Amino acid sequence: MSATVAAPGLAPARTANAGATSHRGQMPTWLALALLAPLALLLAWVFFLPIVRLLLTSITEPTLNIANYRRLLSEPRYAEVIFRTLWIALLATIATLTLAYPVAVLMARPRSWVSNVAAVCVMVPLWTSVLIRSYAWIILLDRNGIINQWLSAAGLIQQPLTMLYTSGAVLMAMTHVLLPFMILPVFSALRSISPDLPRAARNLGAGPVRVFFSVTLPLSLPGVFAGCLIVFVMSLGFYITPALVGGPRTLMIATLIGQQATELLNWPFAGAIAFVLLALSLGITACFKRLLQLDKVVAHD
Amino acid sequence: MTSRAPAGEWVFRAVCAIILFFLLFPTLLVVPMSLSPSDYLKFPPAGLSLRWYEAYLSDPDWLDATLFSVQIAAITTVVSTVIGTMASMALVRGRFLGREFVSALLLAPLIVPHIVVAIAVYLQFAPLGLTGTRLGFVLVHTALAVPYVVLVVSAALQRVPPSLEMAGLNLGAGRFRCFLEVTLPLAAPAILAGALFAFLASFDETVVSFFISGVEHKTVTRKLMEDIEFNLSPVIAAASTIFVVATVGLMWLGDAVKNLANRRPQAATPP
Repeated sequence: MSATVAAPGLAPARTANAGATSHRGQMPTWLALALLAPLALLLAWVFFLPIVRLLLTSITEPTLNIANYRRLLSEPRYAEVIFRTLWIALLATIATLTLAYPVAVLMARPRSWVSNVAAVCVMVPLWTSVLIRSYAWIILLDRNGIINQWLSAAGLIQQPLTMLYTSGAVLMAMTHVLLPFMILPVFSALRSISPDLPRAARNLGAGPVRVFFSVTLPLSLPGVFAGCLIVFVMSLGFYITPALVGGPRTLMIATLIGQQATELLNWPFAGAIAFVLLALSLGITACFKRLLQLDKVVAHD
Repeated sequence: MTSRAPAGEWVFRAVCAIILFFLLFPTLLVVPMSLSPSDYLKFPPAGLSLRWYEAYLSDPDWLDATLFSVQIAAITTVVSTVIGTMASMALVRGRFLGREFVSALLLAPLIVPHIVVAIAVYLQFAPLGLTGTRLGFVLVHTALAVPYVVLVVSAALQRVPPSLEMAGLNLGAGRFRCFLEVTLPLAAPAILAGALFAFLASFDETVVSFFISGVEHKTVTRKLMEDIEFNLSPVIAAASTIFVVATVGLMWLGDAVKNLANRRPQAATPP
């Protein structure tokens, strides 16, 4: 019924003729800009301007110079932090992908109680605060934590193991926190594969392994790339989990920024590290923009 | 995936079960911990007690922080839903130079690491005395929450045929009335879902809140972060359990509403 409503002579707003502005039904430019203005002003003042100013302090305080960047590059301690962050981000990406794929396959199966349970097991962690999930890892990995309690009760260890504040703990907790962000894009890619394709391959004589590697896996790659990008970029800027579960020897870029700003009050240097982090996150995102399907995570279509 | 062999299928299911356990166990660990009667954390707990919930409810520090977070989140929800819906209308229905660029900019808060926003906003707010104030929190949280509203609402607006609005205009209604009587009812479920996600984006927000909280006004996430660092009392587990139940409930509601809004079944939203 809606198709008949538009009066003759009124083209729908979404026509190829985008340059024409005289259609009566179309929103005039001034109105569009007015509707956009409050959000644009807010973001400009609370988001873009502060970030630009922070980056500027890194080269203008106390006078115009690049000493902060020189220090960042010349002191091995900082290169180490950057390298460690990239390394942990890479390992977290590999770990989440490995764990995510089977679960995504399970969830993408025709609806049954099994795939429903799997979906709940993925959504509940996703919706639970990162803070609370990192706290759970402290409870588990602490010297007096649950894993040590179990191990000593089982007689497997005499002395409690040191697990908290190690890079292994950071990697474990980050993998746990980021896993849903990998599962969902992979699931969404698997879900969009027509069931006819694997069926056709099977009818043509391919075994289950061949069907998987020749049909399902290649078709799921866009989801895999999107998931890897989201997880990798999120890992680079992760603050809460490394701050709580990691220690001084597992400093990552984000925790280094926090330390410089709050403990040492060295804002210009914090700004310089922030610039490196932003350049890495935005650079990688821009390079792989086509693969990043933000809407796939937020609003599945 | 398509293996008919029972053995392979069972191995696959066992692997999936282990991974799902790895996902769910640490997430829900706070629930049994919060019911522990003892002063230290032990699993399984030695008994059942609600003393840590009583401790949470009788501690003005926790209650003030919780109330403050709820207030901030409520105001943030209203502001970001209104200005986010306005912006979505402009992005979906409007035609202006650089529209693609503007919509990319609006989503930037989803990509920029929160630690960078936290430090930058602290530097901006501190000289103005905005740190630790309601206004300051609402401003930042709105900037961080609004992309969720824009994503959900513009997806829904794209499904509302512009011809319906034009019919309203042709029948003599003004643009505002057209929006209120035609577009708004059709996009209402998406707007409601966007509002719920915005609420949680604010309530859950930790990093920026940690840096801009004041001595007097702190969010509950800042309170949690401080307590986790300085004492591991099970009252944290009790508070966490309350928040897990509340956020999972709200997200489930938001997702259900969003599914109602869209025709096809769908899945997720990050907090």
